[in-house]
Amino acid sequence: MSSPAGSSFRTRLGRVRGLGSAKEGTAHWWGQRLSSLALVPLVLWFAISLVALAGAPHAVVVAWIRGTVTTVLLVVLIAAVFYHLALGLQVVVEDYVHTEWRKLAVVIAIKFASGLAALIGIFAVLRIAFGA
Amino acid sequence: MAEFTLPKNSRVEKGKTFKAPDGATNVRTFQVYRWDPDSANNPRIDSYEVDLDACGPMVLDALIKIKNEVDSTLTFRRSCREGVCGSCAMNVDGTNTLSCTKPIEDIKGAANVYPLPHLPVVKDLVPDLSIPYAQYAAIEPWLKTENPAPTGERLQSPEERKQLDGLWECILCFCCTTSCPSYWWNGERFLGPAVLLQSYRWIADSRDEHTGERLDALEDPFRLYRCHTIMNCTDTCPKSLNPAKAIGEIKKLMVERK
Repeated sequence: MSSPAGSSFRTRLGRVRGLGSAKEGTAHWWGQRLSSLALVPLVLWFAISLVALAGAPHAVVVAWIRGTVTTVLLVVLIAAVFYHLALGLQVVVEDYVHTEWRKLAVVIAIKFASGLAALIGIFAVLRIAFGA
Repeated sequence: MAEFTLPKNSRVEKGKTFKAPDGATNVRTFQVYRWDPDSANNPRIDSYEVDLDACGPMVLDALIKIKNEVDSTLTFRRSCREGVCGSCAMNVDGTNTLSCTKPIEDIKGAANVYPLPHLPVVKDLVPDLSIPYAQYAAIEPWLKTENPAPTGERLQSPEERKQLDGLWECILCFCCTTSCPSYWWNGERFLGPAVLLQSYRWIADSRDEHTGERLDALEDPFRLYRCHTIMNCTDTCPKSLNPAKAIGEIKKLMVERK
């Protein structure tokens, strides 16, 4: 759509009005704020738990993951981490990548990859929690 | 991708040095960005040694003295010389500011004078502001109502009028907008701090009846949400206004109306 300055007869007002407002962006921005809010206690809890479990035998760690509260919190942590990651990386890409098809390709890759990574993590936790 | 280095023909070279007159004791060097669109030369930095004992106190005084007495080819915008017109906005000593209200004595060592960053340069210290001006026009900076115009004034309570303080003082010098990295990378789609502050000036106006439409027009990942609260805008504003706060207020209204 956009053409470099000097190579178009489009008026400047036409250029800056462009394709108009996308009528979105608030959900993305708010999602970033809410996920970071949730991640503050979750990451603290996770870090403290890991330190407490340092050097513990395998059976103890598995028993910890199988605790109801732990299982739920781990699933929420993984979901929030990858949701926050996808939102944040998209902003970085939109800031710096200015070729439209490249931007679109990278944003799609970010969404798919973080969705897949979140599913793998949650699946692993649930398998330990409900496995034999 | 965003460009992080200057293209070859934009690299700044060393220019001429203009010595202070003999006998001058209070000499300050002004290193000024020069570029002439009519020559094929790269931009250069010319050094002007100015006798501060025979010069006014502000950076603009020195530039006017240089243009009058030393080098009439030096090109810059200026008008009111008292910080109300915004014409002489430039990058002085590494910070965007109005050269007419920037005291020379606040600068340590040689004074670097450049045009506002990341805009096309018309000549020397004159940047091309036509895109920021078009963005200002795009937010429709005038009172919009559905009710027919009253026969008298449109009334406001003192509290309602207070909402405009810190907004109406903006003189559109674009020091803030051109200090914003988000504007550097996405200047045609991100409206930038000056225009967003101006937009909030109408959103916050109790007499305006188009608040929702104004928010609709701003709700966009680029127009508004390229602001990452970097705060350069508030740091650099020569009128001590707070564009980052105005943008924050717009974002709060966006969440409030969800």
